[in-house]
Amino acid sequence: MKLITAIIKPFKLDSVKEALTAVGVEGMTVSEVKGFGRQKGHTEVYRGSEYTVDFLPKVKIEIVVSDEIKDKVVTAIIGAAKTGKIGDGKIFVVPLEDVVRIRTEEHGDQAV
Amino acid sequence: MNHSCLRKTLRQLTVAGALFALALGLSARAEVAKIVPPTADERLAALEAYVNNTDPGKSLALTPGPGHNAWMMTSAALVLFMTLPGLALFYGGLVRKKNVLSVLAQCLGITGLVTILWWACGYSLVFGTSYGSPFIGGTEFLFLSGVTSAPNTNYAYWVSQNVFAMFQMMFAIITPALIVGAIAERMKFNAILLFVTLWMMVVYFPLAHMVWGATGWMNGVWNAAAVIPAIDFAGGTVVHMSSGWSALVLCLILGPRIGFGREKMAPHSLVLCMVGTGMLYVGWYGFNAGSAVASDGIAANAFTTTTLAAAVAGFTWGMVEKVTRGHASVLGFCSGIVAGLVVITPAAGFVNAAGAVLIGVLAGVVPFLACTRLKAVFKYDDALDTFGVHAVGGTLGALLTGFLATADVNSNLVSAAYAEKNGLAALIKHGGLWVAQLKAIGVTLVLSVVGTIVLAYLVKALVGLRPAPEAEQQGLDITDHGEEGYIL
Repeated sequence: MKLITAIIKPFKLDSVKEALTAVGVEGMTVSEVKGFGRQKGHTEVYRGSEYTVDFLPKVKIEIVVSDEIKDKVVTAIIGAAKTGKIGDGKIFVVPLEDVVRIRTEEHGDQAV
Repeated sequence: MNHSCLRKTLRQLTVAGALFALALGLSARAEVAKIVPPTADERLAALEAYVNNTDPGKSLALTPGPGHNAWMMTSAALVLFMTLPGLALFYGGLVRKKNVLSVLAQCLGITGLVTILWWACGYSLVFGTSYGSPFIGGTEFLFLSGVTSAPNTNYAYWVSQNVFAMFQMMFAIITPALIVGAIAERMKFNAILLFVTLWMMVVYFPLAHMVWGATGWMNGVWNAAAVIPAIDFAGGTVVHMSSGWSALVLCLILGPRIGFGREKMAPHSLVLCMVGTGMLYVGWYGFNAGSAVASDGIAANAFTTTTLAAAVAGFTWGMVEKVTRGHASVLGFCSGIVAGLVVITPAAGFVNAAGAVLIGVLAGVVPFLACTRLKAVFKYDDALDTFGVHAVGGTLGALLTGFLATADVNSNLVSAAYAEKNGLAALIKHGGLWVAQLKAIGVTLVLSVVGTIVLAYLVKALVGLRPAPEAEQQGLDITDHGEEGYIL
């Protein structure tokens, strides 16, 4: 099992969700987050006051998938989230020890 | 006593009562008969006077005119709407969210406080005349005694004096509320209330009397004995210059907010700010067109010039931003609209449409430069730009009025009763009004600056001005008012 965390541009959420559903992902957790990478922030001006905003709004998607479909899922996210411009985001893939479905107490792949 | 006997007694009593009432009525009619009734011509002239907003003579003397009264009550409500919630939201949106309620509470507190002051002595000190002084009014209207629905012909032939007093009170409310913008996020609530109380007594009441009181020193339009025949239609000096310059001084004495220039202090809601701007814009019709103190042609002219100047200034500010920075911002449009309204305020009833458009263009440029360049050079923490918009705008408006006022739209500028006697008419006809305007600007500036310096240090000595640093960092909503603006 793998935990895949993708940080993407907020307006790409819908297309990423559709692409993930199409490759068989059945659930996901989505949060609104802020951060920066190479894109850095932007400048806001309020009358005479200028502020540099370091943290840009992004969306974080967390999904757990079986090892078999891991590569398909990563490809699907890239396909849906890529604009080719700076700030498209990142995907982190990490091995996952266990998953528990609380209602049934199932473990492992069955719980995904 | 049986039943029919009781009825008979009652009937007798009724008859006696009726006879008594008739006798009273006859004697009253005999009294009236001694007074010569107005002739048909006099009654017709009084009605014409109502339409023309002039002296009704004896036929309708001291009778309020329904149309003029209706507009003035509407205007008074519109000007109150400018403060609550217009200015409160305009300013509230511009602060950080931990201080939004403090701004609203300051506007609410000032509204109540100034209303009490106005009732107790403010109206009398501004619009009374018993002292016969050019600098302060009198004592005849203390606690609004004698302020009834009958007009006070010093100020209006057709508007009830109680309505006039309430209308003028709304100006007295919004003026100190404007100061709040410069000192937002870092002045204790009790210090603000104490400062405003003293400031109204020392700065506002005398200044408003000088400019608008019947015996006022700088009341060129309505005081034949005015020493400085300056003009201020709706409060360029009284409201905007006084609040704006006092705000600058107070914010300098107070010092900048903790973290100013290092932390991000961006507005927490430009949506609220824009909603407030719209309310100010609409409410300003009461402020400017209502300052004709009648529903007449001068009010109509003020309505038109107000519309033009606000729209042109808002558009100009936005376009200047677009050209110089690449974005026309919502805050830019809002600031421009308010600046346009400020600058047209002293001029509204004295200039024509072309003058209003010129005022609009300058209002979109000069306060813009004050808020962006001037502030950047001197680095004072005028948090919400009360100085940049109201002091600079009010001063600009007072001066421009000196160049653009014309008797074509307001014959009071050359009236035989006042303007010809105090020299205003000559200034209008031959030019030079701007000199009188400069004098009025100087008087306003000195009174506001000196008054605020003295009062600010007095309040500092008595109760202190600033909250504890921890309280300021936590936000005044919780520390001064025990509430939070947003619980999500």
